[in-house]
Amino acid sequence: MGAALHAFFDYPTLRAIWWLLMGVVLIGFAITDGFDLGAGALVRVLGRDDDERRTIIETFEPVWEGNQVWFILGGGAVFAAWPLLYAASFSGFYFAILLVLLALIVRPVALNFRNKHDDPRWKAAWDGLLAFSGVVPSLIFGVAIGNLFLGVPLRYDDTLRMTYEGGLVGLLRPFPLLVGLVSLAMLVVHGATWIALKADEVIAARARALAAKLAPLYALLYIGAGLWLLYGITGFRIDGRVVTDGPSNPLLKQASTGGTWLANSVLGTWACVAAAVAIVAALATPLLARRGAALAAFVTSSLMIAGTVLSAGFALFPFLMPSSLDPRMSLTVWDASSSQFTLGLMLAMTLLFLPIVIAYTSWVFHVMRGRVSLEHVRRTPSSY
Amino acid sequence: MIDSTVVDLSRLQFAITALYHFLFVPLTLGLVWLLAIMETVYVMTGREIWKRMTQFWGVLFGINFAMGVATGITMEFQFGTNWAYYAHYVGDIFGTPLAIEGLMAFFLESTFVGLFFFGWDRLSKVGHLVVTWLVALGSNLSALWILIANAWMQYPVGARFNFRTMRMEVESFTDVLFNPVAQAKFVHTVSAGYVVGAMFVLSISAWYLLRGRNVALAKRSLTVAASFGLASALSVVVLGDESGYTVSENQKMKLAAIEAMWHTEEPPAAFTIFGFPDVAERTTHLAVRIPYVMGLIGTHSIDRAMPGIEELVHEAEHRIDRGIAAYAALQKLRANPDDHDAALSFEANSDDLGYGLLLLRRVDDPTKATREDIAAAAASTIPNVPVLFWSFRLMVACGFYFIALFGAAFWLASRRQLGDHRWFLRLALYSLPLPWVASELGWIVAEYGRQPWAIEGILPTALGVSSVSRVQIATSLAGFVFFYTVLAIVDVALLRKYIKRGPDGLGLWRQKTGALPGAAAAAGDD
Repeated sequence: MGAALHAFFDYPTLRAIWWLLMGVVLIGFAITDGFDLGAGALVRVLGRDDDERRTIIETFEPVWEGNQVWFILGGGAVFAAWPLLYAASFSGFYFAILLVLLALIVRPVALNFRNKHDDPRWKAAWDGLLAFSGVVPSLIFGVAIGNLFLGVPLRYDDTLRMTYEGGLVGLLRPFPLLVGLVSLAMLVVHGATWIALKADEVIAARARALAAKLAPLYALLYIGAGLWLLYGITGFRIDGRVVTDGPSNPLLKQASTGGTWLANSVLGTWACVAAAVAIVAALATPLLARRGAALAAFVTSSLMIAGTVLSAGFALFPFLMPSSLDPRMSLTVWDASSSQFTLGLMLAMTLLFLPIVIAYTSWVFHVMRGRVSLEHVRRTPSSY
Repeated sequence: MIDSTVVDLSRLQFAITALYHFLFVPLTLGLVWLLAIMETVYVMTGREIWKRMTQFWGVLFGINFAMGVATGITMEFQFGTNWAYYAHYVGDIFGTPLAIEGLMAFFLESTFVGLFFFGWDRLSKVGHLVVTWLVALGSNLSALWILIANAWMQYPVGARFNFRTMRMEVESFTDVLFNPVAQAKFVHTVSAGYVVGAMFVLSISAWYLLRGRNVALAKRSLTVAASFGLASALSVVVLGDESGYTVSENQKMKLAAIEAMWHTEEPPAAFTIFGFPDVAERTTHLAVRIPYVMGLIGTHSIDRAMPGIEELVHEAEHRIDRGIAAYAALQKLRANPDDHDAALSFEANSDDLGYGLLLLRRVDDPTKATREDIAAAAASTIPNVPVLFWSFRLMVACGFYFIALFGAAFWLASRRQLGDHRWFLRLALYSLPLPWVASELGWIVAEYGRQPWAIEGILPTALGVSSVSRVQIATSLAGFVFFYTVLAIVDVALLRKYIKRGPDGLGLWRQKTGALPGAAAAAGDD
């Protein structure tokens, strides 16, 4: 099975495919889990009483668990296909990752436990944690991506043991924080668009009004970050001949800083196209929602996410995690992957299972179609 | 050199989070089949009470499932946050089953678990039943892939070291997939989970019978749990034996430590049923021994010898010598990849490279190790004998007790005398914690018994850690302990609340009929 694909594609092609697949999984995560992270953050913003809050929660309660698997899958896929990147990012961003973890642990518990005790303080506490668990990962993912553009303080010894010379506070630099806000604004817009699509009309109207304010704000922040990247941040580049089929060892190349990311990347033009899609889609989202095209608005909101993620990936290409201590030790698409065999095997598995996953996930969304009405929520206790 | 405080804290954190996660997983694995069985009876007979059973146990399943999912994410993350060198060193092999688990199993169980709770009114009877079965299938497939990954840590087949990338890489994924340890472990572990699920239903149903509440529902639940539990308890013991046999093939030291078998015995070896292992003296005081039994379990023969700890330490010394040669050749190869002699020497000794790496806890350069260093490193391959010895015996004792308990329950159920013997119901109730105890002990035997290796014979645990500081790990460890304790308190409180409230007090299924709560309770039960 895997052997066939590993013979069919050469090593550079497999690496490029897996770089794209990492983007696919990240986008899949940001679109699906993104709406429930965003909606979770809005439970107390848009829901004025307990029934309204439960209505918002019930729009994503039946599906969020499957959505979150995109993130778990992302972790597993990066572990399997990009072990060096997995090791460096998870251990380097130690406390940031643990904060995300804390948020992700709180979510299932908050959703399941919230309605199991009839005390307003109990519910308020879990709602607060739900908001925390929606805001914190959204922010941290952006901060992490922002740091990649600046380079992170990592180095390798000759046994490829990585040391990371920085901490949580070191991540909170101005540019990454701006990218964090972009990411937060993006997922909150997406969450509001989801609520506009799925919740009772009373709440949906409020969600549309919020999206109308936040979508332009997102566009503004995103353009600001883009301009900063263009004019204020030095890029990284591989020097000399780029070896794309060598062993996965980041110590075998030469690299330096200089120029801009967009000029250095061979995919710079694509990054601009993706950015344009993201901005147009973001601005179209509230317009469509106002015209009653809630589903179309959700599609453009998803396009906004895809465009944003892709623009960052294209601009960084072929870098994955640049080193600010020694650019030579940066991780790139060409020297941080698994073996050719493993990439081929994993590709076969993905081609086999991902379509099946998408098929039954679509079916579950279809079963749970329609708006969650306030009246329904008032009538029935929580199903959990 | 590696900071041993960082190593110890990382191990402690992993052990605590894994043992905690493993409180919830076995119950999910077992309870989900009981839900599937109950709902199947409902669909086949059309009798409402079976639907209510499915829904009631489903609520408890949901509380536990949320905790299992939440604490499982920690495990996947931790390989990266705290075991970064491990992740780099074996990610090429170890990451694959984890990723496939996500694609094939975790997506399945998580996508459909929402429909299990929210789909009762939106799906046909058969449609909902299919969803429940898919959740059961997904959670069990998930265990399969996790145990394939874990089995590779115990018995690392189908991989070889690549000096250009400084890591292990896949040679044969078929070998990884059909690892005999994986098969034995999978069946043993999921059966243990089924016992946990069966005991959960058995004990709580017994409590209702003792209180005279929900009698009809509790009796049916008890009957299902008794049959399922008996089959599972038998399977755990029989396949635990299979697991013992596969361990003896590739983890001789672990088996010798479990048995406190200090010296090689004439085959077939005796089984020490009781005793006090003395690590300093390398002997077992007050040992009570049953002749032949160990040889039969370990080798499935009467004439093959099982090596004792002393002999295995001696063998480890030889392997360390070869490991030093492999390490020296590796250094030359890294300086000059075309060094033909070094390549030959590495080829000849690379199987023992891991043993050479054991020295890195004592010296910076294994090629400069003294005989004392080598002897100390060889002695470090002995796991904690008393802990393994006792954990194993308690686990096995629990296993046999479960067969007796479920056997008795099954017998009483088949004679329709379940409600007649209060002593039995009390026994069933108080036995509730035991399968958890057995499961945790099983984890200790398997994973603590693997020490000092992260990957048996390949990568010493101490080398696998991330380059994080003591302060970072101490902080995260304290955070986990605090946070997990709070969660445990809330979890147990909610379970108690819902069990106490009971099927008669929950009111989940009354909405559709529109009947008054009191009327529904009166009509539906007893």
